[in-house]
Amino acid sequence: MLNYLISGISLGSVYAIIALGYTMVYGIAKMLNFAHGDVIMVGGYAAFCAGTYFGWPAPVAVVFSMCICTILGILIEKLAYKPLRNATSLAVLITAIGVSYFLQNMALIIWTSNPKAFPNMANFIPSIIVGDITISSTTIITIIASVIIMIALTLFTSKTKMGKAMRAVSEDKGAAQLMGINVNATISTTFAIGSGLAAIAGVLLCSAYPNLVPTTGSMPGIKAFTAAVLGGIGSIPGAMLGGILLGVLEKFAQAYISTQLSDAIVFAALIIVLIVKPSGLLGKKIQEKV
Amino acid sequence: MGEKIRLLGKTNKHSLRGLINYGIIVVFFAVITLLKSAGLLTNALEGQLIPICAYIIMALSLNLVVGISGELSLGHAGFMSVGAFSGIIVAGAMKYSGVNANAPRLIVAVIVGAIMAGIAGILIGIPVLRLRGDYLAIVTLAFGEIIKNILNCLYVGVDAKGLHFSVTDEAHMDMAANGTTLVRGPMGAVGVSKASTFIAGIILIILVLFVIQNMVNSRTGRAIMAIRDNRIAAEASGINVTKYKMIAFVSSAVMAGAAGVLYGLNYSTVAPKKFDFNTSILVLVFVVLGGIGNMTGSIIAAAVLTVLPELLRQFQDYRMLVYAIVLILVMIATNNEKIRALWKRVAKSFTRKKGGEVNE
Repeated sequence: MLNYLISGISLGSVYAIIALGYTMVYGIAKMLNFAHGDVIMVGGYAAFCAGTYFGWPAPVAVVFSMCICTILGILIEKLAYKPLRNATSLAVLITAIGVSYFLQNMALIIWTSNPKAFPNMANFIPSIIVGDITISSTTIITIIASVIIMIALTLFTSKTKMGKAMRAVSEDKGAAQLMGINVNATISTTFAIGSGLAAIAGVLLCSAYPNLVPTTGSMPGIKAFTAAVLGGIGSIPGAMLGGILLGVLEKFAQAYISTQLSDAIVFAALIIVLIVKPSGLLGKKIQEKV
Repeated sequence: MGEKIRLLGKTNKHSLRGLINYGIIVVFFAVITLLKSAGLLTNALEGQLIPICAYIIMALSLNLVVGISGELSLGHAGFMSVGAFSGIIVAGAMKYSGVNANAPRLIVAVIVGAIMAGIAGILIGIPVLRLRGDYLAIVTLAFGEIIKNILNCLYVGVDAKGLHFSVTDEAHMDMAANGTTLVRGPMGAVGVSKASTFIAGIILIILVLFVIQNMVNSRTGRAIMAIRDNRIAAEASGINVTKYKMIAFVSSAVMAGAAGVLYGLNYSTVAPKKFDFNTSILVLVFVVLGGIGNMTGSIIAAAVLTVLPELLRQFQDYRMLVYAIVLILVMIATNNEKIRALWKRVAKSFTRKKGGEVNE
């Protein structure tokens, strides 16, 4: 029971980190960035190359992977999304899907479809054994990393100038621009942060499930997106809460109900929550103006 | 949006547009038949004909939701799979009880598949249509995944006593020894006896077009579009928002179900994972590239984009990469403000030149 809870929280923390990327981008650019899951996959491959081919130690590999993903995120934003800043949301959505296809197929060409065995990058600390429960090093690192990220992001958005600019842009783009905020730079920064987080998520995800293929990111991406919506999209604590709830629920469903139906149960939970609270658990209810 | 409404007011222009759509389908049919009789059709292309028809119907039906009703649905493949699997089960059961002719099996399968997808549409529509915008999109996505997941666990067999269902494995179906298994969990439907034909596909497309175009031009269609353009104003004018949204959503599900049957009965094996999120997205790409709310565009985009990966075969491994780049570039070219303005200027200079010639 406790074992499932711990592995659920661990999986949920990964979802939460991915969901943070979704939620930040959604809050600011009002777009569903379906390519986010594939940035995770690129992050995983970058860390894999750094660790296996170049033989770099784990922390360096993680930093390298973060750099790659941050650059990738900025590039994607500049090349694909920026020209569509004022287009309909559906056009941006399809472009994001195009980017997702592009990344997947690029990975397919570079790394082929053979699964790569990802080296465990979290085993520099020992596992903890309490009674008959073993908490693996990956789990510990995952939970610690997500807590640190959560605190850092909260401080960043509430205390720094850039963070405040981000919140202003997400509230009202036009008014923010009139106040002298560089909207384009703010959006680019958001993408950079989101993609950097995706790299961390990629490393953590692959450390827990060490089978790396070009489609590694799509299903966790969709689930993390679900988590972001569950917690109320656009809200940072909401993404964290949604991610962990989703992870725990998934592990419990796998353990006690059915492995095959666990995804269906997770998605059904989302639907039930949205019926009761149409804007997610911690989402703001927007008053409609007539 | 305003422009569209004004266009709708001009009935003549609109019915002409509708006729063009039927025309395209008839010409498509005629050209393919001619090519076939001349032996110019490659095997690969011939195998794509029925999927093209199914995807055209999918695109048309999704366009009804996305374009006319203005709701983003990301789980349309779910309805397709409900239709496909119920159609396959019905067709398989009919075959087992001795109906060997393809036409009656296909017709009954399409009707049953469409009804089942319609029921799924009602069940999903009740919670989904309470939500708005991106929340609605994510819930339809969730429903698509749930349907896929459930079908992954479904085992169906038929014997002399009738149909047997199980959600655990084949042994739990309690089937007599001489029965046949129709659906085998994650492996999907196996040993399907094909019943779809190209002509049936064309007839279905025309039927779907007829329903959509008449609906759009009717009182119902105008109500649906009024809700899309301004929900609050529509509600204030006495339009029952839930009812009309539901009509659009369920009719779309019914059509997607029919498309699913057509698609499913074209292959000997159909796995539930064929109808996942990516298929829903594929159909959405058809609708958006063809032009939201534009039925002609949907038809052309569905046909061209289904064949495109086949035509890009010469790029081998790079074909999906090329597809992705083409997709991004087309979206930017058609939606970027500056490029659009440039196109408008080019178009204007052309018409001005023409006008000048007439004056002289």
